[in-house]
Amino acid sequence: MPLNWLGATPYFAYVGLFLLLPTVLLAVGAFVDKDGHPTLANVTAIGQPYLLKTFVGSTVISLVSALVGAIAGAMLAYAVATGNPRGALRRVVTSAAGVFAQFGGVTLVFAFIATLGTVGLVTVFLKDHGIDIFPNGVWLYEPSGLTLIYTYFQIPLMVLVFLPALDGIRPQWREATESMGGSAWHYWRYVAGPLLAPAFLGSTLLLFANAFSAYATAAVLITQGGVLVPLQISALFTSETGQAQPGLAKALALAMVAIVTIVMLLYTLLQRRTSRWLR
Amino acid sequence: MRRSRQIKLQVFRGIVFLVMGAFFLVPIAAMFEFSTRGNSVTAPRTLVAWTNIFKTPDLVDAITASLELAVITSVAMLVLLLPTMVWVRLRLPSLHRVVEFLCLLPITIPAIALVVGIFPINRWMRINISDSILMLSFFYVILVMPYSYRALDAGLAAIDIKTLSEAARSLGAGWSTVMLRVIVPNMSSAILNASLLSVAVVLGEYTFANLLTYENLQVAIAYVGLVSAGTSIAVAVASLLFAFVLLMILSFVGRPRERMARAEEPIVPK
Repeated sequence: MPLNWLGATPYFAYVGLFLLLPTVLLAVGAFVDKDGHPTLANVTAIGQPYLLKTFVGSTVISLVSALVGAIAGAMLAYAVATGNPRGALRRVVTSAAGVFAQFGGVTLVFAFIATLGTVGLVTVFLKDHGIDIFPNGVWLYEPSGLTLIYTYFQIPLMVLVFLPALDGIRPQWREATESMGGSAWHYWRYVAGPLLAPAFLGSTLLLFANAFSAYATAAVLITQGGVLVPLQISALFTSETGQAQPGLAKALALAMVAIVTIVMLLYTLLQRRTSRWLR
Repeated sequence: MRRSRQIKLQVFRGIVFLVMGAFFLVPIAAMFEFSTRGNSVTAPRTLVAWTNIFKTPDLVDAITASLELAVITSVAMLVLLLPTMVWVRLRLPSLHRVVEFLCLLPITIPAIALVVGIFPINRWMRINISDSILMLSFFYVILVMPYSYRALDAGLAAIDIKTLSEAARSLGAGWSTVMLRVIVPNMSSAILNASLLSVAVVLGEYTFANLLTYENLQVAIAYVGLVSAGTSIAVAVASLLFAFVLLMILSFVGRPRERMARAEEPIVPK
């Protein structure tokens, strides 16, 4: 028996060293001051207005991009699900969704700067046709621009997670509704809606967690830090002006882990509920 | 009534595909357009930005480093993960859940949070082992683990490794023969998937490299972008195309449809 355990040792040692140890360092560091004495100061410092504002900022961006992504993604998924299940269109869309859902960071920001920046393709094209998309200043580098950029990977992610739920809906259920005199409204309100609701809500939560943890895209786009939690963590952690507060950065990071964990747990619960009805 | 619904549905589908197609393809096209622009609005199209890639030593170094990191990370991931997963399936089934939990754990720890905990470990390694950028691959193995785990798990579920390994063992094969000549050839497409996913993740990685102050591909692109937008957008397009090709290979590589669904279950990226 002990020999069996030996086979799994390298893996556990590696994960312990590079995944569990950093997590522990993070959790402990959040409750320790500069001299190594235990303290709650880092955690209570999160209550400062300027830090609470970053949490509000992150939540708003994540929520809006998750809702927009979920609604647009669900429509795209529905358009795919109502097509030929073995068709080329479906294959292309699902493959592309797999690719685009992974797309983010520097490249994505540059793509949008080339499109909607001050000299971007679409900006210039619209300006030539008398439409100024920046009448009140350039909003691409603001949180609203970031929200738009986030939808670029949120929509494909929604397609990937929501499509299986849509595939579980059987045409017979619609026929049954119709044969009993139900209208399209009745079908969506009393049959498909309630069945799809947990899947939709769960997917939206996953999208929220996805946007909430994103760092690279925001870091490249928004140069003045402090509007989002990940940017604040990096600013507090690597401050070049000697203002670094690693303890506070760890407390913020820990809070982020806690939020994402809770959201992902809810997502898992809703996924489980979905799979009970749709298979 | 049925007919009018059909027409409405087709119109809806047409509009959705058109709008989404534009939303996703225009930014990519815009990058191409931007990277071939001349110095002024009226200047003719030029490939200067593209040829400049090779005249920017920082970029060449970063591209090389990222490719090396991608290869090292993929190999290290396979060496660490595959034997463990096989071993756990065969000898330690009670640990299956634990290994799965640990492999998927990096999903719930945002990279920006994890890197804060990794910082002191990285500092120790830089002082005591090596300052090379390739040290990043130790941490990248953790980052790619959820993706690779799902791909490999789908591959392992598709073959009966218990029977295969017992048959090989009873014919006198050692464990290395079982792994390399029986199990690996039987799940080659899952291994390819896991490796391609790792490569794509490593080539797109920014958070770890930036906060640990290494200059990998993405960090270099962002940095060059401050000086010459055209050149950095050209590299961005090139790296994007490379990643697209990898991931497209991945999604079209022949594998059973049933298994595909599990391997493709998306994971929170970045």
